[in-house]
Amino acid sequence: MQEQHAAIQYVEGRGIPLRGNDIDTDQIIPARFMKRVTFEGLGEFAFYDHRYDTDGSPTKQHPLNDSRFRGGSILIVNSNFGCGSSREHAPQALARFGIRAVIGESFGEIFAGNCIAMGIPAISLPHHDIEQIMQAVEAEPATPITVYIRDEVLSIGEHRYHFDLSPAYRNALLSGAWDSTSAMLNNLEETKKTAQRLPYTRNFEPAGAQ
Amino acid sequence: MAENLFNRVWDLHKVKQLESGQDQLFIGLHLIHEVTSPQAFDMLRERGLKVLYPERTFATVDHIVPTASQERPFADALAEEMMQAIERNTAEHGIEFFGLSTDMQGIVHIIGPELGLTQPGMTIACGDSHTSTHGAFGSIGFGIGTSQIRDVLATQCMAISRPRVRKIDVRGSLSHGVYAKDIILKIIASLGVHGGIGYAYEYSGEAIRKLSMEERMTICNMSIEGGARVGYVSPDETTYEYMKGRRYAPAAEHFEHAKEYWNSIASPEDAEYDDVFELNAGELEPMVTWGINPGQAVGITERTPRVSKIDRDHREVAEKAYAHMGFREGDTIKGKPIDIAFLGSCTNARISDLREAAHYLQGKRVASSVRAFVVPGSKQVAKQAEAEGLPGIFTEAGFEWRAAGCSMCLAMNPDKLEGRQLCASSSNRNFIGRQGSPTGRTVLMSPTMVAAAAVNGSVVDIREHL
Ligand code: SF4
Repeated sequence: MQEQHAAIQYVEGRGIPLRGNDIDTDQIIPARFMKRVTFEGLGEFAFYDHRYDTDGSPTKQHPLNDSRFRGGSILIVNSNFGCGSSREHAPQALARFGIRAVIGESFGEIFAGNCIAMGIPAISLPHHDIEQIMQAVEAEPATPITVYIRDEVLSIGEHRYHFDLSPAYRNALLSGAWDSTSAMLNNLEETKKTAQRLPYTRNFEPAGAQ
Repeated sequence: MAENLFNRVWDLHKVKQLESGQDQLFIGLHLIHEVTSPQAFDMLRERGLKVLYPERTFATVDHIVPTASQERPFADALAEEMMQAIERNTAEHGIEFFGLSTDMQGIVHIIGPELGLTQPGMTIACGDSHTSTHGAFGSIGFGIGTSQIRDVLATQCMAISRPRVRKIDVRGSLSHGVYAKDIILKIIASLGVHGGIGYAYEYSGEAIRKLSMEERMTICNMSIEGGARVGYVSPDETTYEYMKGRRYAPAAEHFEHAKEYWNSIASPEDAEYDDVFELNAGELEPMVTWGINPGQAVGITERTPRVSKIDRDHREVAEKAYAHMGFREGDTIKGKPIDIAFLGSCTNARISDLREAAHYLQGKRVASSVRAFVVPGSKQVAKQAEAEGLPGIFTEAGFEWRAAGCSMCLAMNPDKLEGRQLCASSSNRNFIGRQGSPTGRTVLMSPTMVAAAAVNGSVVDIREHL
C-alpha cells in the first residue's frame, strides 16, 4: 500500500542564481516568521532580511527580487547551502516561493534531507560547473534548464553537466516514494521486533517479567 | 578491527533497508517542541494516521515561551496559538507534555538528559538541529525536519543513509579559564563549518574523558555547527553516575542490567573509524567568534585573519563577516565593547554553567553600558540554582534572572537584539539576524567569558580575571 506521490522524472524551468557560501537556514527563513502552526504563506518571507530593507522596502540587488529572474524555479547556489537549523520551514518557504529544485556545490545535511522528504531535488555539482551555470543564467535568464533525474544530467542551452545522486535519493524521486511514511509503515512487524530486542524499551526489566 | 559505538547502535536499531536504499532506523526516543511539530500532526491528520508509540514521544515548550512573564494567554497571539496547538496535539495523541504548569519544562535538549530520558545506546530524534547534544550519553541524536517528525510519529522510524564516522581525539587537559565551549569552537574553526558534512563525530581522548556530562553536552551540542549531524561520546562511569536516580532512568534494581547494555555498545579501544582528527586541549585558549558563523573563531589573544590569507572558497564569507560585524582584519576581539550579555541556550545554560558564571560574578557589578540577562535552560536548572542562592548573586551583580526557555538564542520570544547591538553570547550560532535584529551582532564564547564581558563592558580574556 505504497502511497503514490508524483514521480519526479525531471524538473524544468528557469534558473535563479543566488551567490554565496554558507547561507544558513536563518537567512532562508528568519525565525520570527516561523511563529505559525502551518507552512502556508511562507513563500513571501523567503530571504526576507535580504530582500527587504529594515524599513520594509524591497532591495533591488537580491536575485529573488530581480525581475530578470522572475518565474524562475531552479535555484542555483554555492557551497554549504542550508546549513544551520533543522527547520523544514526553509525548504517549505523556497517551495512556496516556486522553487522546484536546488542546484549547488554542497548542502547542509538536514536541509538536504528535508528537501528529499518534500520531493525537491537538491543536486550537487563542482564549483566550476556551478560558476558556468550561474554565468549562463545571468547572461541569458530565459535559458531553460532541465534536470533529468534518471540520467543524472542537467542541461542548460548547449551545455550538459553530469551529476551524481545517491541511489537512494534517485530511486525515491523516480518512484514517487520520496515520502517515506508509507514505505516504513509497510514494515510494521519488523519495527515491532526491533523495538522488542532493545532492552531499554522495557526499561531493562528482564524479558517476560512485566 | 572492532566496530565503533555509532555503527553498533545503528545496527541494533536498523529495521531493514528500504527500497530506496536508505535504512529504516528505529527511534528509541522522540522529543518534540512547539515550533516544528504542529505541521507534522496536521500531516498525520490529513492521512488518518495515529502515533505508533505515543509513550516514546515527549513534548515540551521552549522556543517561543516568554521568559519575563509567562502568564497565559501570552501577550503574543501567535505564540499563544502555538502553545495551544501543542497542548491539543499531545492531549489528543496521549503524549506526555512537560508544559509550563509542570516543573519539568525547559529547553528540549536540557530536559531530556536531566529527566533521564536520554540514555546510552539509544537513537534519539527531535525536530531541532541541536539534537546532537544527547550524544554526550553515547546515544545517537538526529536533528530532523517536520516531514521526518511525521515519519517518527507514525512509524517510530526514520529513513536515513548511514554517515561515516570521524574520531575527534582530544589529548591532554584544559588549562584554567578554558572550557568545553572552547574545545568545540576550536574543532569547528579547524575543520570548518562544512567539515563534518556526511560524518558523525565521536569525541574521545583524555580531555573528553575528564569532562563532566554537562561539559560533554556543550561539545556534542555544537557538532551540527561543524556540519556533523551527529556527535557523541562513548559512555563511561561518568555517564552512569549521572544517570542514577533520574526520573526516567532505569530503576535501581535494573541498573546493572542497563550498564551491561551500555557497555556493550561503547566504542572499544581498537574501534575503527573512517577518519581521525587530533587536538591538544593543553594548547587551547579561550575562543571567541569574530564573524557570522561558528567556524569564524579565534583564540582571545589571536588576531582576526586577513581576507587575503583565507582559503579562496571562504573569502567571500569572510568579507561579508567583516562588513556585518564592523571589525577590521588583523584586529583582536578582546576589548570590543558589548551592549548585551546573554547567558543561556541549550549549549550553556545548565547548572554547572550558571554556577561557574555566578562564582565569577560574586561581588562584581555589570558595567552600566551593558544589559545582561541569564536564562536558565530548564525549570529544574532554575530550581537547583535557587536552592544554591545563584539568582541573588546574578541580580545583585545586575543580571536579569529569567524563566526557562530558548530566549535570545533565536529570538522567537520578546528577547531580541536591537539595531546593531553587539551581544556576548553563550549560545551556539552567530548567524546574521539570529538574535532577532537583522543588523545585530553576536560574539560566541564560554559562559564565564560572557559574565566577564558583562562586568568589564567589553570582551576580555577570562584568564586575566579569575
Ligand atoms: S536554545 Fe537555541 S539552539 Fe537550543 S533549542 Fe533553543 S533555539 Fe535551538
